[in-house]
Amino acid sequence: MSVELEPVIGLEIHVQLATATKMFCGCELGFGEPPNTRTCPVCIGLPGALPVVNARAIHFGLMIGLALGCELAPRSIFHRKNYFYPDLPKGYQISQYDEPLCRGGSLAGVRIHRVHLEEDAAKLIHIGSSGRIHGSQLSVVDFNRGGTPLVEIVTEPDLHSPAQAREWLELLRATLRALGVSDVNMDEGSLRADANVSLRPRGSTALGTKTELKNMNSFRFLERGVAAEIERQRAIIEAGAEVVQETLHFDPGSGAITSLRSKEEAQDYRYFPEPDLVPIATTDAMLEAARAAMPELPAARAERLERDLGLGAERAHQLAFRVELGDFYERALACGGADPVALANWVGGELVARTADGDPAASLVTPAALSALVAMVSGHSLSGTAAREVLDVLVAQGGDPETVAAERGLGALDDDTGLAAIVARVIAEDPAAAEKVRAGNPKAIGALVGPIMRETRGRADGAEVTRLIRDALGLEAIEGQAP
Amino acid sequence: MSEILSLSAAGAAKAVASGELDARELFETYRARAAADQLNAFVWVAEAVPPAVEGPLGGVPLAVKDLFCTEGVPSQSGSRILEGYRPPYTATVVERLAAQGAPLLGKTNQDEFAMGSSTENSAFGPVHNPWDRGRVPGGSSGGSAAAVAARLAPWALGTDTGGSIRQPAALCGIVGLKPTYGAVSRYGMIAFASSLDQAGPLTRDVTDAALLYSKMVGARDPRDSTSLDFPGAIELPVRADLAGVRIGVPAELSGEGIEPGVLEAFEATLELARTLGASVEPCALPHAPHALAAYYVLAPAEASSNLARFDGVRYGYRSSDADDLIGMYTRTRHDGFGAEVKRRIMLGTYALSSGYYDAYYGRAQRVRTKIAEDFSAGFERFDFIATPTAPGVAFELGAKTSDPLAMYLNDFCTVPMSLAGIPAISIPCGLAEPPGGGRALPVGFQLAGPAFSENVLLGAAFALEQALAFDGSVPDDA
Repeated sequence: MSVELEPVIGLEIHVQLATATKMFCGCELGFGEPPNTRTCPVCIGLPGALPVVNARAIHFGLMIGLALGCELAPRSIFHRKNYFYPDLPKGYQISQYDEPLCRGGSLAGVRIHRVHLEEDAAKLIHIGSSGRIHGSQLSVVDFNRGGTPLVEIVTEPDLHSPAQAREWLELLRATLRALGVSDVNMDEGSLRADANVSLRPRGSTALGTKTELKNMNSFRFLERGVAAEIERQRAIIEAGAEVVQETLHFDPGSGAITSLRSKEEAQDYRYFPEPDLVPIATTDAMLEAARAAMPELPAARAERLERDLGLGAERAHQLAFRVELGDFYERALACGGADPVALANWVGGELVARTADGDPAASLVTPAALSALVAMVSGHSLSGTAAREVLDVLVAQGGDPETVAAERGLGALDDDTGLAAIVARVIAEDPAAAEKVRAGNPKAIGALVGPIMRETRGRADGAEVTRLIRDALGLEAIEGQAP
Repeated sequence: MSEILSLSAAGAAKAVASGELDARELFETYRARAAADQLNAFVWVAEAVPPAVEGPLGGVPLAVKDLFCTEGVPSQSGSRILEGYRPPYTATVVERLAAQGAPLLGKTNQDEFAMGSSTENSAFGPVHNPWDRGRVPGGSSGGSAAAVAARLAPWALGTDTGGSIRQPAALCGIVGLKPTYGAVSRYGMIAFASSLDQAGPLTRDVTDAALLYSKMVGARDPRDSTSLDFPGAIELPVRADLAGVRIGVPAELSGEGIEPGVLEAFEATLELARTLGASVEPCALPHAPHALAAYYVLAPAEASSNLARFDGVRYGYRSSDADDLIGMYTRTRHDGFGAEVKRRIMLGTYALSSGYYDAYYGRAQRVRTKIAEDFSAGFERFDFIATPTAPGVAFELGAKTSDPLAMYLNDFCTVPMSLAGIPAISIPCGLAEPPGGGRALPVGFQLAGPAFSENVLLGAAFALEQALAFDGSVPDDA
């Protein structure tokens, strides 16, 4: 009897742009500076001060529009969004309303409704136990953030699960990161997401009553918050009640969802065209500049890594969608000498495992060093085990792999360095195993390789050990195996 | 000293340049007069003679309307809500003029946030008209107009949103120019209605207006997105006749509602224009009668938003009689704003409200477009359009304070040009008795031209001024 309910999710994403200066004044952007040191008459809303649009922000906005396949408006205008709050010094936010910079478009099948430019609010700090403005002993305002350029990206409600929402937002983040238009750091708030969530009977095309979940500041919280809201709505509907349209807050600590305001309390923002600014006329030169600045985007990069370098789909996706990894990989590849697939596995596997957040920038290893390390493994001058030990050192201290391997005595053992003697001794110690190998049982060789590797503490190259055993037993080298 | 006062600003600049007059003496003479102001025209006066700046404006001191931000000097826009506010920067136009040799003499009284036509809506109290101290000087730039008329200042800066330079100039018997929208930077002007506000000169004669204005325009201000490069330079006017000049007179703005004495002086001036060689013909501005209604939607709408920043959080007055955020906002704005400002904030907030926007703001914008089109059509046939500046002469203090609509009608003839963004000048064209009888008072003659026509507009105004030979000296017993 119960109808299967389908979640319908749309996202509203705010992206702080990585311009040099603020959206409407010449103040430098800054994070972590002493409070109210990046301010001027314009961004603290002094009487008589006037806004001037940051051309770089428009350029970035157009690049985002191009990346999302949007229609770029030949003319767009700014509006004032009027409301009172201490973090909004003019009593209005300069934003865009019915004539945004970009409309339409899509990313990975999710349609984009619009992309527009606006300014960020200042930061409020509430002193007192409540942590909110109500009930605080004192609230202070830091205007350093006020006026930071923001792009708002609004999707159509085309997402249908918390995991899909998370994955899509990760793709959007990778795309923005590739564009170089933002730090897209959710911890620091340079990427912020709100989600509109509703449920409807599967198969229905009508939309149910939606709620808006505000400001989830990590991918995990987004996924959890949306999942919690879906469950909350499901319970309401299954109890025969109706979902109320409201704005909600998800507390990632307790998992609780609380109401911020209902539809009735929704503000009338009294939008009207900003008379202090002239319309943005997007010229051919501006479009040309935006097109010329477009890098390869993650989806295209994944395809190329798969097609041209032979990477597996999953590895290609990983390197392409995490721009910092992909860039590191391609820089290492450009150093030459390393096999693309082996190098990809080292970057995407071993290196990621050794760095905080999987960001190579958090380690001291250089692309050239990793490339050389992988080449040493492929060339059998370093075993895989030893190479992992060398990588530990490179990540922590930097340096070049040959020196590190030499200093630590990790270079591969070969005939010259006594490997042949060890091989001979192990064969002598286990004649039964040697006989099986001689008789043509390929699995039997493991009984000899194991002790040799133990004895050499992994420094010996497996292929070289196999070659030496077969040599010692008077067998031909196996075709296709490394000489 | 009286010799100094009899010099026009341009004359004083010339005397300074030739070494006949010491710039310090000039400044000190006016400083002393401004400090002894009996008209309540000044709200702040310089305490000392500033360091000399050589420049084409000759060190002739400038009175500046309170709403221009002046670094370290009180700038309250006539409002209690900016009590004690001293800006950390100076408005572009004030800075430019000071750099050209017009140092700041003082700040002049005005209607609060430039909302008014009588300068009675000021936190500093009303300004008195020097022609008759029982009457208003007009507004909102009433302090600047009264100061120039009473020779408390050689010249002054005002702002005009719907007539706030032209109407007080008319009521005080001086010259006032409202420039083309965008010609003068608005950076540092405490905003009333952003799409209408323009700074302009209030001066004793047309030559002074041209001289001051010539240094207000030029390259656009990169700090004001709506400012424009002025095409060419402003020349000092020399024209002696009006040969070949075509003047259009809109019946909509020069008939009904105009005081008979004003109409008489206006028509006599048109006759004089004819004798100078001009043709004078009727001209239709069919949408002009709707200008005031559109203006009283658009200007309050913008003002309701522009004045939102006065919330007590960062500067100016803050009520201490509140125990939460909303209470602080409410009490601060309740105490800090005067009645007219509150009225316009409410009007504007209503006009922008969801569900009413199209009916009010949207429709008013369409009317604005129609009015601009009327003028464009008019300027195909005429060089200038002439109207009386104000429908009446200066009225008695308090006469219209309880009747906002009657007050708003003062801007009936000046608002259409503001909505169209075109330049217009008011020159004194004679005296007329007020309706109830009494001493004759100045009448203003308004001439409007197409955008950026200031040079020819000043030229025609100069020719008329010479022929009119109006005596601008106020009666001693006023």
